[in-house]
Amino acid sequence: MIAAAFEYHRPAHLKGALGVLAEYGDDARVLAGGHSLIPMMKLRMAAVGHLVDLQDIADLKGIRVAGGRVTIGAMTTQHEMIASADLARAAPIIAEAAVQIADPQVRYMGTIGGNVANGDPGNDMPGLMQCLNATFTLVGPDGSREVAARDFYHSAYVTAREDGEILTQISFAAPTGGYAYEKQKRKIGDYATAACAVQLTKAGGKVTSAAVAMTNLADTPVFSDAAGAALVGTSGDAAAVKAAVTAAVAAISPTGDNRGPAEFKRHIAGIIIGRAITRALSRA
Amino acid sequence: MNDLTPTPQERIAKLKGLGTSRKRVEDARFTQGKGNYVDDIKMPGMLHGDFVRSPYAHARVKSINADAARALPGVIAVLTAADLAPLNLHWMPTLAGDRQMVLADGKVLFQGQEVAFVVATDRYVCADAIELVEVDYEELPVVTDPFKALEPGAPVLREDLAGQTSGAHGARRHHNHIFLWETGDEAATNQAIEAAEVVAEEMIYYHRVHPCPLETCGCVASMDKVNGKLTVFGTFQAPHVVRTVASLLSGIEEHNIRVVSPDIGGGFGNKVGVYPGYVCSIVASIVTGKPVKWIEDRMDNLMATAFARDYWMKGRISATKDGKITGLHCHVTADHGAFDACADPTKFPAGFFHICTGSYDIPVAYVGVDGVYTNKAPGGVAYRCSFRVTEAAYFIERMIEVLAIELGMDAAELRAKNFIRKDRFPYTSALGWEYDSGDYHTAWDKALAAVDYAGLRREQAERVAAFKRGETRKLLGIGLTHFTEIVGAGPVKNCDILGMGMFDSCEIRIHPTGSAIARLGTISQGQGHATTFAQILATEIGLPADSITIEEGDTDTAPYGLGTYGSRSTPVAGAATAMAGRKIRAKAQMIAAWLLEVHDGDLEWDIDRFVVKGAPERFKTMKDIAYAAYHNAIPGIEPGLEAVSYYDPPNMTYPFGAYVCVMEIDVDTGTHEVRQFYALDDCGTRINPMIIEGQVHGGLTEALAIAMGQEIAYDEIGNCKNSTLMDFFLPTAVETPHYTTDYTETPSPHHPIGAKGVGESPNVGGVPAFSNAVHDAFRAFGLRQAHMPHDHWRIWKIANQLGLHG
Ligand SMILES: Cc1cc2nc3c(=O)[nH]c(=O)nc-3n(C[C@H](O)[C@H](O)[C@H](O)COP(=O)(O)OP(=O)(O)OC[C@H]3O[C@@H](n4cnc5c(N)ncnc54)[C@H](O)[C@@H]3O)c2cc1C
Repeated sequence: MIAAAFEYHRPAHLKGALGVLAEYGDDARVLAGGHSLIPMMKLRMAAVGHLVDLQDIADLKGIRVAGGRVTIGAMTTQHEMIASADLARAAPIIAEAAVQIADPQVRYMGTIGGNVANGDPGNDMPGLMQCLNATFTLVGPDGSREVAARDFYHSAYVTAREDGEILTQISFAAPTGGYAYEKQKRKIGDYATAACAVQLTKAGGKVTSAAVAMTNLADTPVFSDAAGAALVGTSGDAAAVKAAVTAAVAAISPTGDNRGPAEFKRHIAGIIIGRAITRALSRA
Repeated sequence: MNDLTPTPQERIAKLKGLGTSRKRVEDARFTQGKGNYVDDIKMPGMLHGDFVRSPYAHARVKSINADAARALPGVIAVLTAADLAPLNLHWMPTLAGDRQMVLADGKVLFQGQEVAFVVATDRYVCADAIELVEVDYEELPVVTDPFKALEPGAPVLREDLAGQTSGAHGARRHHNHIFLWETGDEAATNQAIEAAEVVAEEMIYYHRVHPCPLETCGCVASMDKVNGKLTVFGTFQAPHVVRTVASLLSGIEEHNIRVVSPDIGGGFGNKVGVYPGYVCSIVASIVTGKPVKWIEDRMDNLMATAFARDYWMKGRISATKDGKITGLHCHVTADHGAFDACADPTKFPAGFFHICTGSYDIPVAYVGVDGVYTNKAPGGVAYRCSFRVTEAAYFIERMIEVLAIELGMDAAELRAKNFIRKDRFPYTSALGWEYDSGDYHTAWDKALAAVDYAGLRREQAERVAAFKRGETRKLLGIGLTHFTEIVGAGPVKNCDILGMGMFDSCEIRIHPTGSAIARLGTISQGQGHATTFAQILATEIGLPADSITIEEGDTDTAPYGLGTYGSRSTPVAGAATAMAGRKIRAKAQMIAAWLLEVHDGDLEWDIDRFVVKGAPERFKTMKDIAYAAYHNAIPGIEPGLEAVSYYDPPNMTYPFGAYVCVMEIDVDTGTHEVRQFYALDDCGTRINPMIIEGQVHGGLTEALAIAMGQEIAYDEIGNCKNSTLMDFFLPTAVETPHYTTDYTETPSPHHPIGAKGVGESPNVGGVPAFSNAVHDAFRAFGLRQAHMPHDHWRIWKIANQLGLHG
């Protein structure tokens, strides 16, 4: 459980970090909170010759809510998101999900950028970002570009991010209406057996918009258009919830692990999705 | 006498003796991070060792090439079996009469097995060098199921035993068979069961788990070539036994070996055995002349050092129609892994499993245990229980539940009907144990009243009805347990470890100014010995517990003892402490008589002093006497005030308890919530109620872990699936329920102060209580038996198979 030797870089500016990445190519990796990367290095499942620590880059930190938009710097920790009063007002679903991640020690270190960039299907923020229809800003040697969270994830650990790029921030329109992040896990510190993010709005007794996304139920987060569509236009009655659950479950492809076999997860997913939708409806 | 003269109550209070909730003296250093654990030990020039481990569960080792590793700067040596063979240390004897590879000798038999030992100037270099050792493996067929291991065509695991038709415990009937151990009267048991009105039969599996102490195993071995002394600091639950084994293996005379257990961060049986890491560190230190440290990481600990349980228990229990038990038959298929390294007293290859008649008066019984080799890690230790006692308690407490179902009877009533009555103690069980004391009905009635058992059953019935009407998706389980333990091994006449009788010891020195040091043959791993043993002594010799230092764990200073496990410290070393204290008092009485110029028969002991009978104003306190012992020339009495006692217990002690767990189960998700847990323990005389409560809380939490999620499982090719704490369940404060503790007090008649030991009761009784709650929740829907651990998936599966998911 000891990582192989590596060079440690700690640039003070984004430019410096990009420079190290450019110089060493795929032998270099950025380090955020380290709570996904360092365990992999200790297990020697990740070999990293050059580690580029982003913690001194002030531009990558902070939460801004302005003009109905929420912007969160990549190096903002989960703890900071939970503690943010601005975020609690603008997007309470973030804290609801973040407190269900790992334990306080991990949340003091783990960052939103690391969580979404990592590409681990077990991470909770990617599904949530898809639910919120967030945009990720990636900065590389050729400048900056934006990728929608819903387009970012290709397969486990494979994302739209190029090796030379750094994810600098995420942003999304401050949601309105009801929300819920529901997660089943074996214990504190565990990744999800099944988790689901729901954000929806209602007007005149009818659901007017609904977004449903799931965590750890496929090799990427799963956003289900069909589940949202099954709710929109309904009153959110039991039949609509059931139809949405059926649609969402149809989109997942869980695999068995120590949490249980696929058929179990499929069933649990249905329950968790149903509970998330029901709770979101009750808050709308 | 005046107002300033302390009253007897004040004098008793000042001692902080028996029955006082004295704060733990250890905690000052532990809570400030000032403990001294083995990994805190740093010696000049110290080297570090670590293992190349097998990725395969069964493979031939065709070659090992360590050239590249040796060439790495900082690497001092790479040891393989070939290097140890000339010293005859490539194998070592196990505590169970088998032998075990220290380093892979031609083949590996479990994933994580030690293949080569790299010694380097620091841990980082070790880790790099391990990657550079090239091992050429040829994979062999793997067997991880003990039933398959006994099939005729099963792979041969232990080629070293080829042709050996008998082992340390009798005949071997198959190449993967270790022993069949039997006790009781099988013919009479079968007869009773065949003749019975009602018979319940069930396979009860107690899965493989791991003690997983927070501190993993490790040592620092230091051979001083100048004076010829070997010092080994390590996480040893039995330091003296380690010294003797080290001497026997190395040929170094025992007086030249010093074994020290510093602070230990939990043991739970995991630190009883001797591991390859100790042997390799010692050899490496002898070879290099430098201290060598070896510390396991978490994965090493979970994968390679001793597991616990893994018992497949096939039971048959019979009764009359109205619920009087008439017989119990049990056959166990015991999965011991690749080597039989169980830590049991020598004559008991299945430990004290035959306590499995439990709290019940069962006229006839039989137990047979088949030990089997598989491609899994060796071990089989008593994880927070006396030897195989938790398996026994789980077995009988499940069988009682199954019988209750068969009889259509309430499980609490069935228990009460069959308890050994108070007037039957000392009671000899059908399997030969002599239970020292007990009052089961009183404890049981108190427990049932405390939880309003009848009310709970009513609520449960209403819940079932509501569930059936579709009004709720939660079920209510009421988990009952009445356990009887057997602890305090043990009488030298039948208990030994590697030939060493299982006595224990205490040596006391009273200092001239009236304080004292006592040294014991045991070693605390968190139990609080420094607190409680001082309390025993305080009451015996009348000096305040705060003036008594307790020291354990250094074989150069402590008297010989067999160590701490199996709840034996209080029953055995605690008894030795009281007996040594009484020797002190006997001498003190003579000194007091001389000081008071009376005959020693004219004195009586009074809390902290000897008083002239009938003249209470004439007395000498123990403090006065201690001073005199060193300052006065007393005719016919040697100076000084010291005593030593080696205590050979006449019998084991039999703590018992009544536990009730009330659990809510979500049928859809398989999740649970413990709504209430009531634990009544009877551990005889209570030395420190606060420590008892702490022990019960800790033991119940470990029981929760075992019952509800903890396991060491393997896939079909022998990969260990739970080698990190992500997948091995250790509860946090969030998962831990609230516990209510209670007690009755039935002293042991043969123990000097009547104490029985409590550290392990909550694990022994807790596991069946949690598990029975799960089972009980589904009883109304036809569940008889579902194996632990009851994690979300497995509870969900119960509901699913019972058709509760619609
Ligand atoms: C015990 C434990 C339990 C956990 N449980 C959960 C859980 O339940 N849910 C959950 O979501 N997470 C969980 N985590 C993961 C935790 O939230 C991580 O901290 C998080 O996933 C990664 O964030 P980080 O800042 O630590 O990233 P790091 O570990 O530093 O990096 C992760 C990866 O992302 C890359 N990266 C990081 N930042 C950037 C960036 N700005 N631009 C480009 N690439 C970047 C790194 O190069 C690396 O490949 C757990 C972790 C632990 C140790």
